[in-house]
Amino acid sequence: MSTATIDTRPAAVPATVVRGRGGGGPAPKRTVVAYGFWIFILSDMIVFAGLFAAYAVLAGHAAGGPTGAELFNLRNVFIETMCLLLSSYTCGLGALCAERRQPARFVVFAALTFGLGAAFLVIECTEFAGMVARGAGPARSAFLSSFFTLVGTHGAHVTSGMIWLVYLVAQVVVKGLRPAVLRRLLCWSLFWHALDIVWVGVLTLVYLMGVA
Amino acid sequence: MNDAERVFDDRTPGVEEHEHTGNYLTYTVGLGLAILATIGSFVVSQTGLLWPPGIPVGLLVLAIAQIGVHLVFFLYLGSGSDNTNNILALAFGVLIVFLVIGGSIWIMANLNENMMPMDQMQMRQ
Repeated sequence: MSTATIDTRPAAVPATVVRGRGGGGPAPKRTVVAYGFWIFILSDMIVFAGLFAAYAVLAGHAAGGPTGAELFNLRNVFIETMCLLLSSYTCGLGALCAERRQPARFVVFAALTFGLGAAFLVIECTEFAGMVARGAGPARSAFLSSFFTLVGTHGAHVTSGMIWLVYLVAQVVVKGLRPAVLRRLLCWSLFWHALDIVWVGVLTLVYLMGVA
Repeated sequence: MNDAERVFDDRTPGVEEHEHTGNYLTYTVGLGLAILATIGSFVVSQTGLLWPPGIPVGLLVLAIAQIGVHLVFFLYLGSGSDNTNNILALAFGVLIVFLVIGGSIWIMANLNENMMPMDQMQMRQ
């Protein structure tokens, strides 16, 4: 093997022009991993777009059953929203501590994030159980089928995010904050922030517009 | 890797540019703005602040603003040229999302308009 390396960078192009378009040759693994996960998140957003579209089309078809205005409790929805927002905040702070190699602080913020996610899920499950008990289950009308599918899919994502977080905390404790673990943490924090963005859509389209 | 080479790195999604000097302030400002947008949405939907037919538009504007806050302050998707790959992927995702949602609503609204009203359909039977 020759020791001479081939410089593929265009010499005359200023660095600011090359950045962000792969001009500098292969990006660091961290960037590649996070970019791949970003593509996954965007495809997940397209899944949610399908569910949002179904809800938007079917929201008015209550089939004589209860409508959103009769079913939704905005006080609970406000608490749910705050739980998710604060969990996004603690998730970000936890990621910051992980980058600074502060595992103890990271675990504290991860526990807070988990607790806030759990609070969100408890409120949501209580809401679902109450609706089913009132005879407003997913089989009642097209509106309720699409409601449970959309909001339930978001809840399932939150659940899987929490399971993933437990797994990551165990990795941090056992393996420490090594680069591979940091990459997984980065993907997880992208996932968690993305769930908050989906919730903004659920809050607006389903709850606030449903009640107004 | 020395600094001269690092300049050519693509931006990692979800990471502030100099992650080791990243600070709590960005997240805190983002949280504050997101809470403001959320409270704004609840106020708009629950009070007579807006002209009633304008409420859905107001809610939509606040939702898009809040999503922007999340993207910029939590996911660090700014407009810098080092973010081009990430922003392009996002733009494509947004395009598909709007095609799916907007297209479905548009087509289904037209279908409903062209359907015979239910009472007339029953009279024919």
